[in-house]
Amino acid sequence: MTLTLPQQSKPPSLQPTGWLRYLSFSVDHKVIGLQYLVCGFAFYLIGGALAGAIRTELTSPVADFMPRDVYNQVLTLHGTVMIFLWIVPVVNGAFGNYLIPFYVGARDMAFPRLNAVAFWLIPPAGLLLITSYFITGAAQSGWTAYPPLSLTTPATGQIIWILSVLLLGGSSIFGGINFIATILKLRRPGLKLMQLPMYCWAMLGTSILVVLSTPVLAGTLILLSFDIVAHTGFFNPGMGGNVVVYQHLFWFYSHPAVYIMVLPAFGLVSEILPIHCRKPLFGYTTMVYSIMAIVVLGLVVWAHHMFTSGTPPWMRLFFTIATAFIAVPTGIKFFNWIATLWGGKISLNSAILFSCGFIVNFVLGGITGVALAQVPFDVHVHDTYFVVAHFHYIVYGGSVFVIFASVYHWFPKVTGRMLDENLGRFHFLLTFIGFNLCFAPQHWLGLNGMPRRVAEYDPQFAFVNQISSVGALLMALSTLPFLWNVIASARSGEIAGDNPWRALTPEWLTTSPPPVENWKGEPPLVTHPYGYGIPADQIDLKDASGSDLWSNGR
Amino acid sequence: MILVLGGLWIGQNINLLPVDASVNAPIYDELFRVLFSIGTILFVGIVGLVVFSLVRFRRKAGQIGDGIALEGNLPLEIFWTAVPAIVVLFVGLFSYDIYERMGGMVPLGHGGHGDSQATEERVWGGIGTAGAMQASSEMLVPPLPVEVTAMQFAFLFHYPEGDIISGELHVPSGRPISLKMEAKDVIHAFWVPEFRLKQDIIPGQPTLLNFTPTRPGRYPVVCAELCGPYHGGMRSTVVVESADDYDAWFQANRKLPVSEA
Repeated sequence: MTLTLPQQSKPPSLQPTGWLRYLSFSVDHKVIGLQYLVCGFAFYLIGGALAGAIRTELTSPVADFMPRDVYNQVLTLHGTVMIFLWIVPVVNGAFGNYLIPFYVGARDMAFPRLNAVAFWLIPPAGLLLITSYFITGAAQSGWTAYPPLSLTTPATGQIIWILSVLLLGGSSIFGGINFIATILKLRRPGLKLMQLPMYCWAMLGTSILVVLSTPVLAGTLILLSFDIVAHTGFFNPGMGGNVVVYQHLFWFYSHPAVYIMVLPAFGLVSEILPIHCRKPLFGYTTMVYSIMAIVVLGLVVWAHHMFTSGTPPWMRLFFTIATAFIAVPTGIKFFNWIATLWGGKISLNSAILFSCGFIVNFVLGGITGVALAQVPFDVHVHDTYFVVAHFHYIVYGGSVFVIFASVYHWFPKVTGRMLDENLGRFHFLLTFIGFNLCFAPQHWLGLNGMPRRVAEYDPQFAFVNQISSVGALLMALSTLPFLWNVIASARSGEIAGDNPWRALTPEWLTTSPPPVENWKGEPPLVTHPYGYGIPADQIDLKDASGSDLWSNGR
Repeated sequence: MILVLGGLWIGQNINLLPVDASVNAPIYDELFRVLFSIGTILFVGIVGLVVFSLVRFRRKAGQIGDGIALEGNLPLEIFWTAVPAIVVLFVGLFSYDIYERMGGMVPLGHGGHGDSQATEERVWGGIGTAGAMQASSEMLVPPLPVEVTAMQFAFLFHYPEGDIISGELHVPSGRPISLKMEAKDVIHAFWVPEFRLKQDIIPGQPTLLNFTPTRPGRYPVVCAELCGPYHGGMRSTVVVESADDYDAWFQANRKLPVSEA
């Protein structure tokens, strides 16, 4: 008896293939990661244009570039877009989705459909936010939306802002649940927690923060929308409400949000540095514990945003100490990175330059952060340009520099082609100079009396503001070589091969770009993701200099 | 060592702040110099290490080998956990001391001037020279009470002794001032950079702020909390003048006879 099986032709796919899959409800974690990245970058350009509008307004001390209420809409949109549509989705969603399944040895995330839902909440939320500007006028009360201002400014824009942030918060929570489940439950058999690449730990810590604190923001914003729509009095002092309660609830999310933006960046840097220094990551165990310490401390420091809000003295004291102590685990991470650089064979490529730019900028932001934690210091500079400078050093000098470093590092994996290194170094130089020119003078502005969120200011600050605006222009221009580099290299860059960096982490142990389901055959078991370097007793004495030996204690 | 000395020198000699014009401003500046010195030392040191590593350990043309397989060093980790912890602890204690000297630790509701209202409604205190002021109010000069009303987009200053309403805050130099502040609509903040003082004025919560101006001059009063479209234009002036000049201004503007204090 013969059984003739019908010739198996390629089954028609329910999912589109080719470039169309990037516009589809794809459940492939790599596609979703890229969707996050490209979508986030589009919003980065919008947020950057808004920043450009702000810096243009501030080139002169009078409000002459745009109407004052439009200025407040622009600064509200700038903050919201950059935080909720660029940094949070990209450092978490984009790199998290792309890398975490590789790192745990899985073929996809734990909940692929939830993952796609989480991404597809972002474009509508973003469009809602942006179009509110054109249709009704956007929210005018800053990204913090403090009542009673947010209750008295035009209601439609504020409600759309709340809806949009709720959608984005939902997306963030879905993503967080997915990362926790993937890291804890989808690890390849045999892979222990303490063998995971550092980015997994960073994402685990971040996701815990997301899941614990984002619902608080959601609840707060729902109460705020009740106040606006239904005229309830939760935060309305005219009806017996309390505006300081809103600030507590808001910052209970929004301070951890800072760690949601920088912890993944810490993780990404920990992946990039060892590969390009050809050395193991220094102090793996302390890095893990310091991430977890930051998570715990990050939840109990929120009131340092409210030192001038009439908080009781004991509370000020507690939050000063808690805040200042975050510097300790953060400092451990920075010293470990420097120790990773020390004695390496560092390739001075764009990924390393951006990573080291991050270290320099973040250290300055961290030092001003410890200063701001001190109540008497903060009382003078709270709500001034000093604070603006401080947090841009954290989120731009920190997170955004790391995003660029990561793009230079993982571009060969994603596209199979190399980026142009000369353009990359030029991009770094322009960004680094522009960034510091833009934000370093703002420290002085804040100390000397320029409050934040103003469209007009004391004419004595005009010159320093113009310097800052020139820096902003350089930052805007620095995007051009980057964009050109990415587009041109994706089409005709040098072929990278599967593992151009000779890396050991699992995402490099497959083809570039990787196949659907990540590996042909069994996922590799990587128990030493940072096993670079020559053991100290095998160093070629002729090649090593005296200090190499000295740093080994020989 | 050079680094530490250089940092100290920079911290002590480069002045980034505007002039000091109140009793707590020099105390503040002391804290600022300490923070600035420590910050400079740390920043220059860390940047120096990064730059040195990048130059010294860069991959030279033709090199293909790896670095040293150095996975960690426990004594070193303990060292750089302990040092920042000690620095942070020192800064924390020092700023606590500064804070106390500014009067920040005085319990709320006691910073006032014996106002009977203070016991009835909840009064929110700001940082201020409340402690020092209370001592002085018992012995020397009674503090000058001024009622501040903040609204979109102006400050109004009302002097209960004399029933003066003014758009500018006139205060005599050397005498403690006690502001009782109230916001009519949204949150505002009262900030005088030269006094190194800022306090949010929160609707529904009368707030006290005490200070003693020292240096005659005209200084800006700035609203520091986003309060609407004209937030940037919400400014006023505090005029610190000698006691005689202040008396002249007071006599010229008062509407009520003042009982001798």
